[in-house]
Amino acid sequence: MPSRGEAGRRGDLVRSDCWIEVELKDSGGVTLEVQSKVGVLYGDEIESLVTAGLIQMGVENATVSVVDQGALPFALAARLEAAVRRADPAREVPYLLPMSERCVYGSDPERQRRSRLYLPGNEPKFFINAGLHKPDGVILDLEDSVAPREKDAARVMVRNALRAVDFVGAERMVRINQGESGMKDLEWIVPQNVHVILIPKVEHPRQVDKVQNRIEDIQRELGLKNTIFLMPIIESAKGAWRALEIAAAADTVVALAIGLEDYTADIGAERTLAGRESFWARSQVINGARAAGVQPIDTVFSDVTDMEGLRASVLEAKSLGFVGKGCIHPRQIAVVHEAFAPTEAEIGRAKRIVLAFEKADREGLGVVSLGSKMIDPPVVKRALNTVAAALAAGKLPSDWREAEEADSGTPEGSL
Amino acid sequence: MTNLVENAAGRFVPAEINGESAVAYQGIGKYHPTGRKAAPVISSCSDYPADGDKVVADLKTALANADLKDGMTISTHHHLRNGDFVANQLFDAAAELGVKDLRWFPSASFPCHAPIIKHLEAGVVHHIEGSMNGPLGDYCSEGRMRGMAVLRSHGGRYQAVQDGEVHIDIAVIAAPTADTFGNATGDRGPSGCGLLGFALADSQYAEHVIVVTDNLVPFPCVPWQIQGNYVDQVVVLDSIGDPHKIVSGTTQITKSPDRLLIAEMTAQFCVDAGIVRDGFSFQAGAGGTALSFALFLRDLMRDQKVKARFIRGGSTQYLVEMLEEGLTDYILDGQTFDLVGVRSMRENANHVNTSPFTSYNWHGKGNFASMVEVVVLGATEVDVDFNANVVTHSDGRLLHGIGGWQNCLFSQCTILPIPSFRDRIPVLVDEVTTLCGPGELIDVIVTERGIAINPLRRDLIECLHNSTLPIRPIAEIKAEVEEICGGPPAKPEVGEKVVAAIKWVDGTVIDCVKQVPTD
Repeated sequence: MPSRGEAGRRGDLVRSDCWIEVELKDSGGVTLEVQSKVGVLYGDEIESLVTAGLIQMGVENATVSVVDQGALPFALAARLEAAVRRADPAREVPYLLPMSERCVYGSDPERQRRSRLYLPGNEPKFFINAGLHKPDGVILDLEDSVAPREKDAARVMVRNALRAVDFVGAERMVRINQGESGMKDLEWIVPQNVHVILIPKVEHPRQVDKVQNRIEDIQRELGLKNTIFLMPIIESAKGAWRALEIAAAADTVVALAIGLEDYTADIGAERTLAGRESFWARSQVINGARAAGVQPIDTVFSDVTDMEGLRASVLEAKSLGFVGKGCIHPRQIAVVHEAFAPTEAEIGRAKRIVLAFEKADREGLGVVSLGSKMIDPPVVKRALNTVAAALAAGKLPSDWREAEEADSGTPEGSL
Repeated sequence: MTNLVENAAGRFVPAEINGESAVAYQGIGKYHPTGRKAAPVISSCSDYPADGDKVVADLKTALANADLKDGMTISTHHHLRNGDFVANQLFDAAAELGVKDLRWFPSASFPCHAPIIKHLEAGVVHHIEGSMNGPLGDYCSEGRMRGMAVLRSHGGRYQAVQDGEVHIDIAVIAAPTADTFGNATGDRGPSGCGLLGFALADSQYAEHVIVVTDNLVPFPCVPWQIQGNYVDQVVVLDSIGDPHKIVSGTTQITKSPDRLLIAEMTAQFCVDAGIVRDGFSFQAGAGGTALSFALFLRDLMRDQKVKARFIRGGSTQYLVEMLEEGLTDYILDGQTFDLVGVRSMRENANHVNTSPFTSYNWHGKGNFASMVEVVVLGATEVDVDFNANVVTHSDGRLLHGIGGWQNCLFSQCTILPIPSFRDRIPVLVDEVTTLCGPGELIDVIVTERGIAINPLRRDLIECLHNSTLPIRPIAEIKAEVEEICGGPPAKPEVGEKVVAAIKWVDGTVIDCVKQVPTD
């Protein structure tokens, strides 16, 4: 029953990836041929990784060819497993490398989600340094950036990346596919310390339920207890109508995002830079999210060369009430963070309110006042958030209270 | 079998190169040759045409007039880079004259010089002393050249000429514009390249000098970057080079987010270290990361309203923009990489042409390189002691020339912005494949995974104490790279034959390159 499978990419322009062909045989043992750009340095390592993988997957007789363009071990292992599975779809034994300790950290439902960097799930070269650009989250994408015939290979690659790549503290997110394909995706990623699952094209809270139930089933089967958060994405008129129901569909929903490329197509409008055509839907998402107590997150900005346009777009999103923006290039991240950060004027005002609040608290006063004005509790809450955001953005030193008090004696002054 | 001796860096190097004895590297600033500088024979002006017209029919005639003989040394410069047409025609003419065993002494060679391989095979050329990459690099790395290659820095080339280590019999100087007397300039003409500084020593010290141009102008050619008073003959060709390969129309900055991150951190490092202040100076080449470093530094200089006294080039449109915007008083330029640079050199008196003599020469009474406050350079490998390699790939093959790299290490702060690994090729390693620059002179490594400061630079460590930049021990970054790449890389298997000697700036031998297996 000789059967063939191949996976990966080859050619001079390919970087940090490889192409592997496996022909399963009935006898004759394993024949392995490796051609690698890094053969002088890692030729032996590549051979032993492939040999160990074949043993783990129970392959005893096969011809294997590897054409390598400097793929890291996690990517090599993913291509080998995908090729073996394509040669014999009935074979369901994974080739797992050990989980790196750098992948074992948690998240928090309330954490900042100002930037999320999309990474095409079948392109390992983009994964390796993604975390160094300090996004709040990385999204390993299994949906639109992966060609339909590569979905299987991308699942293996994304699973391996979740086990091997250090995203340097970024929240670990995966965007799954729609429908049944998405249910299949969950089997691959739920056990791999994924923090947030993005559900595309949500139009009804049932879709969120279905994902939540599937996650719980998988976790129950494996005895896993970690909470996996959800971020549904609204990308249609139907979804926009049900924004609140969708955001409130499960306790695990932490944010509600909007995707404008599909939304504008759905309502039959051109997507413009000014964005008048999507104002209603964006407001729906913001209000639905806030009503459900989750974060409203804006779409991506697609022109990677236009940093001023990006900055303006984030400032507009911030003014509407969004707290996050999608990024498709690492250079967008710093711009997004800077634009979401509170302004000097906002920080100055917030500092004075926080100090007045703390003073009132110390003195046991029920009412916070600044100068002659009374400050309402929601204003205090917003000031506390602003100070926290300023601290996180590095725009305020941690010892700002001392500096402030030394500066002005008593914290008074007009707003 | 070459007799090897251990040098002060612990490297085993040949005691003899192509039949001449060689001095092993003794440490930085330790070797001081004595005696008098070399000089060509005395000439008399009465032997030259009184009307100043030195034009002869063609290269072959000029070489015959120069009395080309077996075993001579012929030099060329590399200002025409990968667009050069002259060197290939020169050795074709030499082959027609039937000479053998020439030593080619270029200031650098390029992939366009692959046709020289046929002259090496036929015995016209014995060996090359100058950087090699591409097909010539492979030819040499695989041990197919008869003699041993010698790689020198730009300053080391001047040193070798001045102290007599290399005696140039015939210098062939490609000139974008020249007059009949031999005055020549690179700043204009269809093959304009900016300047001709790499040919300066050749013009002054060669026994015989031939200027080759495709743009002959009536006397005087002004400015005269090369003085006709040193020149014996002038040859006119239809074209000395391909303008598109000599300089680029526009210089592209890198789009790689990782390289941009490294460049940005490097610029921020210079600010945090207190280097960026009024009157400072820097040097950055035209490589992708160095170029974007200059752009990030420009933005920081604008923010802080700081003006540099001088920038050392390789110049590009970006440095020219800084000069024109008033962010620096001068560009001191060693080579020009794009058309804007050539135009600026021609038109702006504050864009000054320099040479390895002013900038790098070991036998000068000082040089500019050590006065530069911060220099940003590349490397193929750096080890945990900050030693760096710039000439070979990790597989042992010759990849780059030394260029001005070794000379620039004498800057007051030397920073290497480098990725910690490329694909699966670690750049941070336990021990460099080939030693080109001693770690004592390399102050800072900036990688995407963190910045390492040489422990010898306690002053810099102190300055950066409160910086928010990710300062880490070099060994820690190296360990992380090995974790990502799947262990330390294997060493390349090399043969016994020494194919190239690597010179230090003072003429001593700092390392050598051994033969690699043929593919």
